Amino acid sequence: MIASLAFYAFAAVLIASAVMVVSSRNPVHSVLFLILAFFNAAALMLIAGAEFLAMILVIVYVGAVAVLFLFVVMMLDIDFSQLREGFQRYAPIGAVIGGILFLELIFVLSTWRFAPDAADLRLNPNPGGGVSNTAALGRILYTDYLYLFQLAGLVLLVAMIGAIVLTLRDRVGTRRQNIAAQVARSGSVGLVKVPTGAGLRELGILRPPEPEAPKALPEPADHGHGHGGHH
Amino acid sequence: MGGITEMAIGLGHYLTVGAILFVLGVFGIFLNRKNVIVILMSVELLLLAVNINLVGFSSVLNDLTGQVFAMFILTVAAAEAAIGLAIVVVYFRNRGSIEVEDISTLRG
Repeated sequence: MIASLAFYAFAAVLIASAVMVVSSRNPVHSVLFLILAFFNAAALMLIAGAEFLAMILVIVYVGAVAVLFLFVVMMLDIDFSQLREGFQRYAPIGAVIGGILFLELIFVLSTWRFAPDAADLRLNPNPGGGVSNTAALGRILYTDYLYLFQLAGLVLLVAMIGAIVLTLRDRVGTRRQNIAAQVARSGSVGLVKVPTGAGLRELGILRPPEPEAPKALPEPADHGHGHGGHH
Repeated sequence: MGGITEMAIGLGHYLTVGAILFVLGVFGIFLNRKNVIVILMSVELLLLAVNINLVGFSSVLNDLTGQVFAMFILTVAAAEAAIGLAIVVVYFRNRGSIEVEDISTLRG
């Protein structure tokens, strides 16, 4: 009873936030409603008994994908009102196609039924008992679907490298660290045996070092001139 | 616990929620023809609907294969979002807009 009430509540919020995702004026609001939709979908999966998938949905989708969307929406300086010009024009077409699709889906849902031997055709029946959902999924994933699992990792690797290659750019005119030159530098760095209690000046060590010394000296003079000018 | 909730709710509820979510995703693609970012979000909604269907079937049949499948769909959806947003960022950097009609120039 409580479970079905919870189901209806989560499903209602899920569908309402999905409506807001597609119809919101501001894409930032769209992303935030998408996050709400993911949370509610995770709750539905929890009710269905898929705990691991629900947590993965929250971690991967809310934590990574939705935040990625948020970054991109906020980073790009886009005139969103201009992007909504065709909103009224496309709405009837979308509504007609969506309605047809929904009718078809309802037809399928109302006439469809399980095959009589569906229970015998199960590939990985739920072990039940004391085995948690995560443990059962892990057993299947790391034995029967090991190659597919590796392939999924490969897909993510390719996506990661692809995203980096696409967005990485070499800007001209920026100063960056030249590690080779830094390592090859010699002569200006040396080890000095320091007697206890001796000051830097007595040891003959110049601080600031020689090249910066002429630069450092004119600056106070400049300040003095500036102040003089102001007064 | 799981068995009781399955009895109370049933497969039809999950499939209905999935169907409504899927239709909303398709509707969103039509509604936001110009805004690629919202189109990508609609695609995420479509994949979420598919995942809800798979989880519902998995729960009713008491078969874990559906959840494994949903996990692979999750992987592909994450990769798709990353690549799609990277393309959007690069495109915006080059053209200064993300209108879908301009993106047709991406054709070779």
